[in-house]
Formats: sequence, structure tokens, C-alpha cells
Amino acid sequence: MTKTAVTFRLNGAETAIFVDGGQNLLDVLRRGVGDLSPKYGCGQGGCGGCSVLVDGTLRLACITLAESVDGASVETAAGLADGPRLHPLQKAFMEGFAAQCGYCTPGMLMAARALLDANPDPAREEVVEAISGNLCRCTGYEPIIDAILAAAADLRGGAAR
Amino acid sequence: MAIHKGRGFACVNYPIGMNLGGDPSQALVHATPDGKFMVTLSSIDLGQGMKSVTRQIAAEALGVSVSDVHVDTADSDTGPHCMGSFASRGTHRVGNAVIRAATEARAQLLEAAAEEMEVDAADLVTDGSGNIHVRGAPSRAITVADTAIAAQFRQGRTLAGRGIFLVPPSDADPETGEMSPVTCFAHAALVVDLEVDDETGEVTVQSIHSAYEVGRALNPRLVEQQLIGGAWMGLSHALFETTEPVYPERDPAPLDFNSYVMPGPGDIPDHHVAVLERPAPDAPYGGKGPGEMCANPVLPAVANAIYNAVGVRCDTLPITPERILRGLRELGGARPGGWSGGNFGGTGNPNGAEPRTGSGDGAGNGHGDGHGTRPAWMATGR
Repeated sequence: MTKTAVTFRLNGAETAIFVDGGQNLLDVLRRGVGDLSPKYGCGQGGCGGCSVLVDGTLRLACITLAESVDGASVETAAGLADGPRLHPLQKAFMEGFAAQCGYCTPGMLMAARALLDANPDPAREEVVEAISGNLCRCTGYEPIIDAILAAAADLRGGAAR
Repeated sequence: MAIHKGRGFACVNYPIGMNLGGDPSQALVHATPDGKFMVTLSSIDLGQGMKSVTRQIAAEALGVSVSDVHVDTADSDTGPHCMGSFASRGTHRVGNAVIRAATEARAQLLEAAAEEMEVDAADLVTDGSGNIHVRGAPSRAITVADTAIAAQFRQGRTLAGRGIFLVPPSDADPETGEMSPVTCFAHAALVVDLEVDDETGEVTVQSIHSAYEVGRALNPRLVEQQLIGGAWMGLSHALFETTEPVYPERDPAPLDFNSYVMPGPGDIPDHHVAVLERPAPDAPYGGKGPGEMCANPVLPAVANAIYNAVGVRCDTLPITPERILRGLRELGGARPGGWSGGNFGGTGNPNGAEPRTGSGDGAGNGHGDGHGTRPAWMATGR
């Protein structure tokens, strides 16, 4: 099969890799460049476990053609922390017990990141809407919603509304 | 056509662990050269918090801080045998094994410290933050880290412990069939308030009030988290999740998350949890664990609330709008407050709702058999 060279920035780092025609971004991230933070859940865009940002837009890596990110900036949950300093979303998830098995967590974090980048002061309903494409089997979602609201407040430097 | 409110109640006495030829779990604890402790298990943390809780238990039994304990789980090649994470047994069985292993390691820790300090090990106590000192004389102290270094590099001694907790096999009495399948029980009571739309058959759960008795809540936030999340699973099972075919197809219908329906974020109602703590004598620091019963009582409470709202008694899960509408049709309309005819041996029809596999003629669904009276609408040849 013909290989295509794809170059993109992964969490700020220049990354180049040969991909197969039709290969999806999730496969390239996990098996190609070794970023295991996006998860394989359903492989058909139904669970949100593979959520990443492509040029700042929330995308499902399992149904994104790897070739389509050539020249783009790809962000994953692995890039949220600044060295040992957790991103406010990660901190809020940890302090709010917003994970049990943790399989949905990277996708939830990226969906939340996309929301807060666009809307730093979301209402609860907007948080619900933002993570409605992400399935969680353990938490009942409530701690996740609360954690995203807490992180939003933290990022604004104020109190949760 | 109207919206009917209903309230349902359910209780559960939930057995901790099982007993099919004995129910053992093992733990190993050893000190690293810097005075930290590694707990090795093959028990698996599926997200319920086994690593957190066994870490707390080990720290408590060793007499060191939680931050000085690490737990390695889920590798059955390198970890000692565990029956597994099921039957709500993790906290109880594995926790007890960890206490025994940590207690043996603590005894060796104190012996090594006693040798360094030239005192009797029986006179030594730990302060829970990395120091060992003579009882009543905190200034006569040695750190756990220095003790671990001395044990390994000078005394040639391991600071390690082995633990097993075994619930022995319980054979059935040949005369009575009596046996002891479990050790202790956890308990819960739960009230569900909901609304049923008798036009669409849709159920909207409005609130859950629950009380769980889990022994001592070893990690209260984990307990609360598990109860909230488990109630979501219970609601999902009660009202949504199924792999049943849709007539006339015979293959399982939902093959992906687009058709396998579950409640989404924001769909869980307010859940008010009360956790009651009655430490169990045979449990690790009294903790029995919430386990599976965080989901179980939700299902009958929902079924009872629907019965209370419209009089439809569904005995097949999930209780879909279709099943409720079939039940309503059989009743000739909603009967709020439950159906006075009764269903427990009375004139009521236990087949108040048919599975959706049977839509149409009721033939070939394999469900109606053995359920007694056929619904009236089937008898009329619909």
C-alpha cells in the first residue's frame, strides 16, 4: 500500500510519519507515534473516547483520516499538563473524583478543553451539551460536569457560578 | 392522556463475596530500600477504587503515611493469587489479606528498628508519618527510611509480609441444604420518584433518595462516587439498555453506541445519598464496600414506581415505552396508585408487558411460554 508522509504538530512538537492510505488519525497517534492518551472505544465515532483537537476544533480521531491533518496542529490529553503542573481541567477531575476506570477521561478532557477555549464561562447545560458525544460508564456524568464547571471557574480566576 | 407521578421503593441485603469451594485472596507487602512499601496484588481495580482503598488499608496497618505506600495490581504473573474483583468482595477479601501482610511487615519493621535502637520491639510505636519511637518517648526515634536502609544494608533482613484471607468452603448440609455462602451483608434502601406519560409510555425519573449501609466507608468520596455512578447504571439497565432484536429481525439489534441506548450526561436525576456506617467485625477496619448493590435496588424501585404511577407491572427489562404502552392497553388505561387486582398470585397478569421481540403476533418470541395467562390483547388475535 502506498505510504504518504504526513507532518503535523502534536502537542506543539513537530511530528512526521508515513501513513497508509485510509489510515485513521487514532491509529496513527496510538500505534504510529505512541501517544496512547486518545482511547479506542467504538472505532466509529460513537463514544468520544478518541476525542482530540485538530487546529483547535474537537475531532474524533477514529473517523479522521490521518492524511487530513497534514500541516495541522493536533492536541491530545497527553499535552494538557505542563511538565509536572496539571492543567486546571486535570486538577478539577482529580479533586472532584470525576474518573473511575478512566477510559473516557482523556476524551472528556479534550471535549471540555474545546468548550472552555470557546466559552470560558459555560452554563451547566452548555457543559452537558459539550460532553454529550462522550460516553462514560462509571460516573453517571455528574462529577464530570461539576469538575468542568470548577475548572472553568479556576481558569477565570473566580468562583463557580 | 396525562402525566402520572409514581413512587417506588426497594431494599437490598447484599452478600459480600461468594463461596464456591473457598474464597481466598492474597497480598504481599515489602519495603523498598528507601523505606516505602510496595503492596503486590493480582486483584484488579476496574475503577471502583481498589488501589486507593488497599493503599489506605496498608498504610493504616503498617503505621506509615499513605504517600509512602504503593500498590501494584492486576498482574497475575507477578502478584499473589486473588479470586478476582466481583461479588462485591474486593474491599473485604483483599483488604483483609492486605492487613495480614502489612501486619507481618510491620512486625519486621519494628524488630529491625529495635535492633538499631537497642530496645525491645514491643516498646516501639509508629507515628504514622515516617517515624518509629519508644512508646512515651518521641525523642528516642528512628525514621522508617533509616530502618529500611539498616535492615537491607547492615542487618541483612527483609521487611516483608505475606497475607491470605480465606473464607473456607462451605458444603451444603445434606439434610437441610443449608450452607454459608457469604460472610457479611451490606444493606440499602432506595426510593425513586418518577413520571410516566401514558400517551407515549416515556418515563422521566425525577429523584432518587437512597441510604446505603456499607460498613465503615473507608474512602467516603469513593463510596459516594460509586453510589452515584452505580445508580446511573441501574437506571440505564432499568429503562434503556438491551441487545434485543427489533421485530421482524432476529439478530441482536444494537450493534453500536448509536443504537445501544443509554442515558447521557445530564440525564441522571438528583440523587440524595445517605451513607450509614456500621463497621462489620470481620471486615478490614469495618469496611464492607458498596460493590454491586449500588446498581441493584434501582431496578425494582423503578419498576415499583411505574406500577405505582400507572398500574403497569413490568417483569421484563428494560422497561421501554413500548412495554408500558402494551401494559396500559391491557389495563384499558392508566390506573394510578397501582392496580388493585394485584399481581402477586391475584388476578393480575404477570405478562403485563411483552418484550418488543414479540410485537405483532406474539409468536416466536420465546417469552410468553411459562408465564401463565396470556395478555388479553394476544388472546383477541391481534
